[in-house]
Amino acid sequence: MTTAAERPDAGPGSGHPGNGSAPTPSSRGEDADVFGLDQPGREAALLPELVDLTERHRDGCPEYDRILTALGVPRPAAASTTSDLPWLPVRLFKEHDLRSVPAEAVFRVLTSSGTTGASVSRIHLDRESAAAQTRQLSRTLRAVLGPRRLPMLMVDSASTARGGTSFSARGAGVLGMANFGRDHVYVLDEDDRPDPGAVAEFLRRHGDSPFLVFGFTFMVWRYLYEIARDHRFDLSNGVLVHSGGWKRLADRAVDNAEFRRRFAADTGLRRIHNYYGMVEQIGTVFLEGPSGGSLYCPDFADVIVREPGTWREQPVGEPGVIEVVSTLPRSYPGHVLLTEDVGVVHGVDDGDWPGKRFSVTGRLPRAEARGCGDTFSGPRNTGPSGGRP
Amino acid sequence: MTLVERLRGVFVQALDLGQDVEVEKLEYRGVDAWDSVGHMTLVAAVEDEFDVQLDTDQVIDMSSFKVAADMLKNLGVPEG
Repeated sequence: MTTAAERPDAGPGSGHPGNGSAPTPSSRGEDADVFGLDQPGREAALLPELVDLTERHRDGCPEYDRILTALGVPRPAAASTTSDLPWLPVRLFKEHDLRSVPAEAVFRVLTSSGTTGASVSRIHLDRESAAAQTRQLSRTLRAVLGPRRLPMLMVDSASTARGGTSFSARGAGVLGMANFGRDHVYVLDEDDRPDPGAVAEFLRRHGDSPFLVFGFTFMVWRYLYEIARDHRFDLSNGVLVHSGGWKRLADRAVDNAEFRRRFAADTGLRRIHNYYGMVEQIGTVFLEGPSGGSLYCPDFADVIVREPGTWREQPVGEPGVIEVVSTLPRSYPGHVLLTEDVGVVHGVDDGDWPGKRFSVTGRLPRAEARGCGDTFSGPRNTGPSGGRP
Repeated sequence: MTLVERLRGVFVQALDLGQDVEVEKLEYRGVDAWDSVGHMTLVAAVEDEFDVQLDTDQVIDMSSFKVAADMLKNLGVPEG
């Protein structure tokens, strides 16, 4: 997963889940339903919008237009499916300031953390895009949280949320999500040590009705799971939203299934939703459905898994490189992006929610992660052929 | 105190605004203090002062002093 990418803040906060009404995993408000389109309907809705966006970005971003011209993409792009649309490797945002609005219209510039030594992506949002991403993220999470802001347990420290310098990416993620809850309590104290007393007090006050738990996956496991198990905390009214990938849990032999199984068995926490997203497509998150194990696309987005090397779309069940498409990026050409993540589509229109359901299984090796200059030479540069897990 | 006066007090206190700030014209990110962190503080302070619970959309929409004042009126807070 793209570290740090999960950064849902940009507009004024977004609140969430609130009081009594138990947000059943499938509860969807009328206008709030962003998990409604089946695959044919999604394709029909997205294709013209994405073609228009491609034109818009070519008009507004000369670098992007140069890349597409070099690739021989006509105007408008000839695409009979979304998978025909030209994509940009996500790394391009680390190497170029790509935006489709004038500098004076830029409201915020978001950055990713990247891993050690890596350069960061810079994502330019105008007011409209900043507001849209916040709103759509909120609509997405509402599918599992309900419309109200729930009491919120943050599996992190308050100092991180305030923007401690050493954890800025984590802090941004925590902060963005904090807006979805109320009465925040932090699981870690100021020195990043677990504070079981704080959790116990939170549960005494809020544990009898739905509450929200948020954290990065490895933090949730390492801190919340372990202290909840050891102190026999009852988390059965919790709704956990987490992200960040499994790499740091691999040495503990914890994968998604084990994570869910042990939380349920040892703490009663069953409503668990992992999500996948990146700063380069801020506001778009792919959310794990209620039954677990698969990520789903909100109606304004989709994923396409491609075979490394040929870059053809893989059939269901075959792993490959994940491309993400979304209609949210309007102020920068990030609507069709080839990620550096590897994943697999498990099925189409056959799960908790309509559309594709998929998993992220790892990252492409960094080996060929080298820059491409203005003479963009196509997706070959984004990864070695053979990123299969 | 009128709603607007009370709300002005909430803004000044929650965001620690100086005297030179035109509070009633303030917009999200119009001052350094009204960033994401400040917004959370502000929302909590508004909820406390007016005894209301804002839901998701209201928190998102609260992008200026004026919007906040209108929202509170719509929630039934008396203007007087």
